[in-house]
Amino acid sequence: AWASYMTNSPTLIVMIFFPARGKTYVSKKLTRYLNWIGVPTKVFNLGVYRREAVKSYKSYDFFRHDNKEAMEIRKRCALVALEDVKAYLLEECGQIAVRLSWTKCGCTSGPVCDSLKHASLPSLQVFFVESVCDDPEVIAANILEVKVSSPDYPERNRENVMDDFLKRIECYKVTYQPLDPDAYDKDLSFIKVINVGQRFLVNRVQDYIQSKIVYYLMNIHVQPRTIYLCRHGESEYNLVGKIGGDSGLSPRGKQFAQALKKFIEEQEIVDLKVWTSQLKRTIQTAESLGVTYEQWKILNEIDAGVCEEMTYAEIEAKYPDEFALRDQEKYLYRYPGGESYQDLVQRLEPVIMELERQGNVLVISHQAVMRCLLAYFLDKSADELPYLRCPLHTILKLTPVAYGCKVETITLNVEAVNTHREKPSLSSTSPPASQTPGRMRRNSFTPRASADTVKRPRHYSVGSKPLDLLGPFPSLE
Amino acid sequence: SPARELTQNPLQKTWEPYDNGLPAGHSAQRGVCMTNCPTLIVMVGLPARGKTYISKKLTRYLNWIGVPTKEFNVGQYRRDLVKKYKSFEFFLPDNEEGLKIRKQCALAALNDVRQYLSEENGHVAVFDATNTTRERRETIYKFGEENGYKTFFVESVCVDPEVIAANIVQVKLGSPDYVDCSNDEATEDFMKRIECYKNSYETLDESLDKDLSYIKIMDVGRSYLVNRVMDHIQSRIVYYLMNIHVTPRSIYLCRHGESELNLKGRIGGDPGLSVRGKEFAKSLAQFINEQNIKDLKVWTSQMKRTIQTAEALGVPYEQWKVLNEIDAGVCEEMTYEEIQENYPLEFALRDQDKYRYRYPKGESYEDLVQRLEPVIMELERQENVLVICHQAVMRCLLAYFLDKPAEQLPYLKCPLHTVLKLTPVAYG
Repeated sequence: AWASYMTNSPTLIVMIFFPARGKTYVSKKLTRYLNWIGVPTKVFNLGVYRREAVKSYKSYDFFRHDNKEAMEIRKRCALVALEDVKAYLLEECGQIAVRLSWTKCGCTSGPVCDSLKHASLPSLQVFFVESVCDDPEVIAANILEVKVSSPDYPERNRENVMDDFLKRIECYKVTYQPLDPDAYDKDLSFIKVINVGQRFLVNRVQDYIQSKIVYYLMNIHVQPRTIYLCRHGESEYNLVGKIGGDSGLSPRGKQFAQALKKFIEEQEIVDLKVWTSQLKRTIQTAESLGVTYEQWKILNEIDAGVCEEMTYAEIEAKYPDEFALRDQEKYLYRYPGGESYQDLVQRLEPVIMELERQGNVLVISHQAVMRCLLAYFLDKSADELPYLRCPLHTILKLTPVAYGCKVETITLNVEAVNTHREKPSLSSTSPPASQTPGRMRRNSFTPRASADTVKRPRHYSVGSKPLDLLGPFPSLE
Repeated sequence: SPARELTQNPLQKTWEPYDNGLPAGHSAQRGVCMTNCPTLIVMVGLPARGKTYISKKLTRYLNWIGVPTKEFNVGQYRRDLVKKYKSFEFFLPDNEEGLKIRKQCALAALNDVRQYLSEENGHVAVFDATNTTRERRETIYKFGEENGYKTFFVESVCVDPEVIAANIVQVKLGSPDYVDCSNDEATEDFMKRIECYKNSYETLDESLDKDLSYIKIMDVGRSYLVNRVMDHIQSRIVYYLMNIHVTPRSIYLCRHGESELNLKGRIGGDPGLSVRGKEFAKSLAQFINEQNIKDLKVWTSQMKRTIQTAEALGVPYEQWKVLNEIDAGVCEEMTYEEIQENYPLEFALRDQDKYRYRYPKGESYEDLVQRLEPVIMELERQENVLVICHQAVMRCLLAYFLDKPAEQLPYLKCPLHTVLKLTPVAYG
């Protein structure tokens, strides 16, 4: 049997931010990104453990470094958290644990770290993410936006919150030791983010995943902006229920394009970028807007391989095995000679990276593509992704807020066919593979398809049908 | 006004709007990265810090991904002007004549930069010189501003004497400057040359240079300081520079063994190996064993023929879907004769511009390069790797390593049952 390896060593990312430097924001975002690209990641927030231990938060006194009782509680919380980290990385097949901490101590040496590293996870890589800020405006903005809604401050008014929080910061300052690349910490692997991304110091990146994390952190920003996602207008193929292909807009689709133009104008968006795929229907939609747009081949709809330009009824009749397999495992299922949702996510990664870099963007794409992008922004699992609702003639307006993304659904009143297929209720005893914590390796995986993976020619332009199945596929021997 | 009609470009199969029968503007093709205004990359560092190595490599990478880039080595301008190099004394800080000539060369190079970026449709220019004083960098930055270029500095800082000595041996001893000297004489002179710069060297500073965009590479990539990345292309450059290394290693490229469809002269598909193909796989296993390669990684595509080839090696391997052969769309599994018969226009178009030609419902070499970029990035990160792939894919990878332009890429020779062993040396 073929063997593939991609033994990504488990990684512990330690976020050592000062409070109100965006630690939780960055860790959630990073975790969301890593999970989306297929690397199981989980956040272990010491603040949450601490809040469990100390039910009611009295004041910043808890964080004074000379408060012995508090220090004990915090130490215990750290230990519990590290036990959970161990369990996640060892038993639950997690790949990356993100630990939010206030100090690097205990993560590179000491009894706790030793137990992690030497006893059970000898190949554990530790990567530090530190955020430092010397711009007071940035700090103040961050406190107001995020901390006011923190569980620590349920019923206080803004000034008290600010005041208390600033005092909390002062407590940390007494013991806080920033990473020192020139001396003490020169052998650690870390990235130091300065002034929310204005400057970065990167030290000793050890492997692929750390390099991706660095690249990601260097591309995200915190400027307010809006992302609009929508599909092309209804197409000729949509009308007849055919999937894929490269058809043009139907009359209603053209109407939608006009309505979209009006909507965009009303929104009065500053410096809006418009992206389309390289398929006719998205380009036609963009053309109606009368603005410059950029075509991305990687925004093209999922390649349905031999099933291109067929209706679901035709697929079920012609390839019943494929049809059934797809409903079982829609995320991993790859069309013969085509792609899977998992392939699509890999293909779309540069789009996500560029969306992170950009400001206001409108992405006119396709159903499967839009589902993948939406899953990234709304942190949807691989299991939910292929069933996200992305109807025609509907715009999703995404605005980043605090720790997540606000979604507004705007239906432009132009009728269209419904292209959504619900997940059929199957009685299966085992959970689908995409739900089990199997390690999703970076490039290798077994695509879910019937044995027949022969790539067949597609004679669309000649109008002939795909060839019949050529029989069972010989084994790899 | 009604939306414009679309027409499909017959070569690239892309949809373009047209007005009165002529292609109109308004849409842009996202190749891999769009540069809105030209970028001037300015190298900074003492001699023998790898500036030229980085310049050449970066230029090669950017050109491969489709960003027209050119490097301008001021040392070369100096060699063209001052026919015979005498000694390090040319570089003494109080050598008036030397200073005059060096400034002249820098200006001549900048002039050529301007021509390349503003007149010849270049997107990126790499200005390769020591640029070790703030004053010199200020001059160049102003030049960039005047011409509407974005300036990005790349500094290489290294104090490890072993690294510097190794650099000198690799690239300086063979330089035209030292053609008549013994190795010892050359080394001694070069070390004195470095000294000439040291006193006036002003490294990029976190406070003083906080408004500049730059990356400072320390100790050949142990750590990096990155400041104010302005746009997409700078972000890509930073990512690339952070992934390359100089550890000696070899990259082996080969195709799968001969396949059943190869025997029939058919392209594409997902066939298995022929009898001879299986033999090749066995020979490959033997060859790899003999080479005794340390920690070899083996990569294949997700097509049967490369996987079968790897299987014969008996070692773990990694499958990459992006290493799959070029998608020939409607022409999959046809012979070239059948293509010519059924799609004569397509057949002719492909010969006209093989790099940009996209099969109907398929891909072009240009698409392939974009798809393969993560492979190149990971190859840069890795050390010893064997990539078992396909003809078109191998051509793209080879073009990257050997700096072959787009016109030559689709015609590079990559026969079956042949392994290409690539070892980085000096600047290539």
